[in-house]
Amino acid sequence: MRRFARLFEELDQTTKTNDRIRSLVSYLEDAEEEDKLWSVALLSGKRPKRGVNSTRMKEWAAEEAGIPFWLFEESYQVVGDMAETISLVLPFREGNNNDSLTDWMEKIIAIAGEEEEVKRQFVVNSWKELRKKERLIFNKLIGGSFRIGVSQKTMVRALSKHSGKGVSELAHRLTGQWSPQTHTYHSLIEEGAGDEDLSKPYPFYLAYPLDEKSDFNAKPEEWYAERKWDGIRGQLISRGGEVFVWTRGEELVTEKYPELMALRQFLPEGVVLDGEILSYKDRLPLPFSELQRRIGRKNVGKKLLCDVPIIMVAYDLLEYNGKDLRASSLLERRTILEKVVSAVNHPNLHISRLLEFKNKNDLAKIRQESRQHRTEGLMLKRKNSEYKVGRKRGDWWKWKVDPLVIDAVMIYAMRGHGRRANLYTDYTFAVWNNKELVPFTKAYSGLTDDEFRQVDRFVKANILEKFGPVRSVRPELVFEIAFEGIAKSTHHKSGISLRFPRMNRWRQDKKPEEANTLTDLKEMLSIYG
Amino acid sequence: MKNPLLVFNSNGIYCPKGDFYIDPWKPVDKAIITHAHSDHAKAGHRHYLSHHDSKSILKQRLGWEIKLETKDYGEIIKINEVKVSLHPAGHILGSAQIRVEAGGEVWCVSGDYKTQPDPIAVNFEPVPCHTFITECTFGLPVYQWPDEAETITQIENWWKENQQKGKISLISAYSLGKAQRILALIDQSIGKIYCHGAVHTVNELYKRAKKLQGHFPYLSSEIKKEALIGTLIIAPPSAVSSSWAGKLKPLSVGAVSGWMMLRGSKRRQNVDRGFILSDHADWQGLNKAIRQTQSENVICTHGYAEVFAEWLNQNGYNGMSEKTFFESENSEVDIEN
Ligand SMILES: [Zn+2]
Ligand SMILES: [Zn+2]
Repeated sequence: MRRFARLFEELDQTTKTNDRIRSLVSYLEDAEEEDKLWSVALLSGKRPKRGVNSTRMKEWAAEEAGIPFWLFEESYQVVGDMAETISLVLPFREGNNNDSLTDWMEKIIAIAGEEEEVKRQFVVNSWKELRKKERLIFNKLIGGSFRIGVSQKTMVRALSKHSGKGVSELAHRLTGQWSPQTHTYHSLIEEGAGDEDLSKPYPFYLAYPLDEKSDFNAKPEEWYAERKWDGIRGQLISRGGEVFVWTRGEELVTEKYPELMALRQFLPEGVVLDGEILSYKDRLPLPFSELQRRIGRKNVGKKLLCDVPIIMVAYDLLEYNGKDLRASSLLERRTILEKVVSAVNHPNLHISRLLEFKNKNDLAKIRQESRQHRTEGLMLKRKNSEYKVGRKRGDWWKWKVDPLVIDAVMIYAMRGHGRRANLYTDYTFAVWNNKELVPFTKAYSGLTDDEFRQVDRFVKANILEKFGPVRSVRPELVFEIAFEGIAKSTHHKSGISLRFPRMNRWRQDKKPEEANTLTDLKEMLSIYG
Repeated sequence: MKNPLLVFNSNGIYCPKGDFYIDPWKPVDKAIITHAHSDHAKAGHRHYLSHHDSKSILKQRLGWEIKLETKDYGEIIKINEVKVSLHPAGHILGSAQIRVEAGGEVWCVSGDYKTQPDPIAVNFEPVPCHTFITECTFGLPVYQWPDEAETITQIENWWKENQQKGKISLISAYSLGKAQRILALIDQSIGKIYCHGAVHTVNELYKRAKKLQGHFPYLSSEIKKEALIGTLIIAPPSAVSSSWAGKLKPLSVGAVSGWMMLRGSKRRQNVDRGFILSDHADWQGLNKAIRQTQSENVICTHGYAEVFAEWLNQNGYNGMSEKTFFESENSEVDIEN
């Protein structure tokens, strides 16, 4: 447990990916095999269920600390983390227990089924035996709240450095059903949980935003133009009689999308499609906010399947007959892709239609209509381009639509995070509804450091009320808020939610009365929602 | 309480019988100053009274022309019929609790204090009194300081690690008290130490008073950037969060403060490391100090005053809280805690 506590502390101390990988690798070098597996499990979010009721934990801690429960609660309000509050109020000296992480995990799992008094004794004794830093982790583990801000990707990279295995291979091995009880480190990392490699996706090729410096001549004989779909970028893989769906975040999401799993019997063997996962109904994509309802869900119910059906719009073919096609030209890949999609002939697989144009003016016109088609703009791809790795200038450009904008009044402010933690940089904005300001969005980016400092000064001098960390501010400053989409929402008082809202500029020329109204927003919703 | 010896009015803590104030936040005629931190020692009073050791700092900060009388700990001064004396608070050099006595009734104003020993300040001494006006900046049971030696070892190890990685170590510590405490305790043989101008000014005063030794020059802009690799720089929080620090590269930043007890505070300050070292009393320290005063009435100011007063009420004291201006909205960052 001691070594794991040090890892936890090190990871807590830095947000730099490389430092985190270094800490993880050095931990993996030090740790016993069984501890390694438990750490990988915990860092992957595979934690045991809560074994002890959290109110009881608080009560026991308060009792041991000799403080009344209300004082514990006051302290918790300040600390903001229950496991941490408990570890801080405990009056015990440093313990000297040397049991391993695995030993502790076994104890913690076993205690879940015991009587309350047994649990109490176990918890209090554990507090006494553990070192102060270990108590925090113990509380999180037994309370079912263990979480650590390390992405799966970072963890996999560290594991790859340590084990010498490839990143995608490891990422795949860690997906699926396994736990430290069913597997050993060796069986999981060396042999995998099963069917390895078959699902392996290709690294994605990403477009660059089109700007004045872009080398783009708009000649139809050299370029393809398509719509820029507003969904999730993904690869649909058909190998070994199975289909796999990967997203750009190297996440295997096949089970989330039964509509794509249904393509299994139609897709030829040895094919990898690159495209966009979209929710699609009545010949039009649904707003991204609808798709979002599917993203977080692993098990989708009938109603959701019916409300938000999924399709894939394919725009590239990376593998055909089991052969890697990435080095051939897009023209060739696209030709085969068209054949594949029409042979599959299934309503859940579409092809991204090519747009006709003669020059850049034509494209500009088509781009203007992007929102009507619920798309984000245009994609421009050179016909002779290879499929590269990562974001590269030159062959693929994205030409996004201009954002929607609205003028709004800042009414609340909160301190920022990271390097802006001393400044008020997180704002809530409102529009007018008759004489009342109705909050409708938050935004915390888009201003220069200098502007943030000025606004921060204004906030500090114009605080009206405090609600926890939130300050209500004299409604005087007007900002132009830009956003990519607008949707109906039941979670917001205003009844709308925005996609990617940010401050486009500070309208120092405008008075608060001149800001837009809720009616204006509703109108935007009816056009673009 | 009828005719209390001390009252809180809009200027500060006032003694009607003696017609003087303790740490007033608005300009007054007579001000007794517990210590030289800016939230306690304001400019603009007609007469000042403080401990001898606060003299040069008060003058340096408030102006050399101020009218300042200084006393030693335990010396009794009569103001009208009120007996006033200063007692060690252990907070920073020259910090004092103010004992006030009239008609057999004794009050004590703690100012800022800590019960942990300090390498420079005279250690805290409890003052038996009827009414104790205590600070409670860290008046919650989550604040329990580790040993000073443990924290200093952590700082030293961090500095050595940074040396190995070819980094500059930058410590954020307030310039009066905390910085000198670190300088007095840290192993100066590990490497070269530089100080930011604000810290350096105080160091010079301490050195002249023979309260501090060692070589830790002022970090002037003439010093070559390459020469800073592996060194330790001590600067106040305001400088650490400014663009000044951005020019030091490659850098690791460590904050030294009681707030570093909480992971969230550390995260909000956006530093690489947090080291727990405070010049205020922690939970145990506050409770012990109050017990030792044997007081009946405890008036809580600074920090978690209301919560702490309620806790005292439940423990047999007559606990009250009063609002003061010894704190700012930004307390985690700006104030000298
Ligand atoms: Zn102070
Ligand atoms: Zn203070």
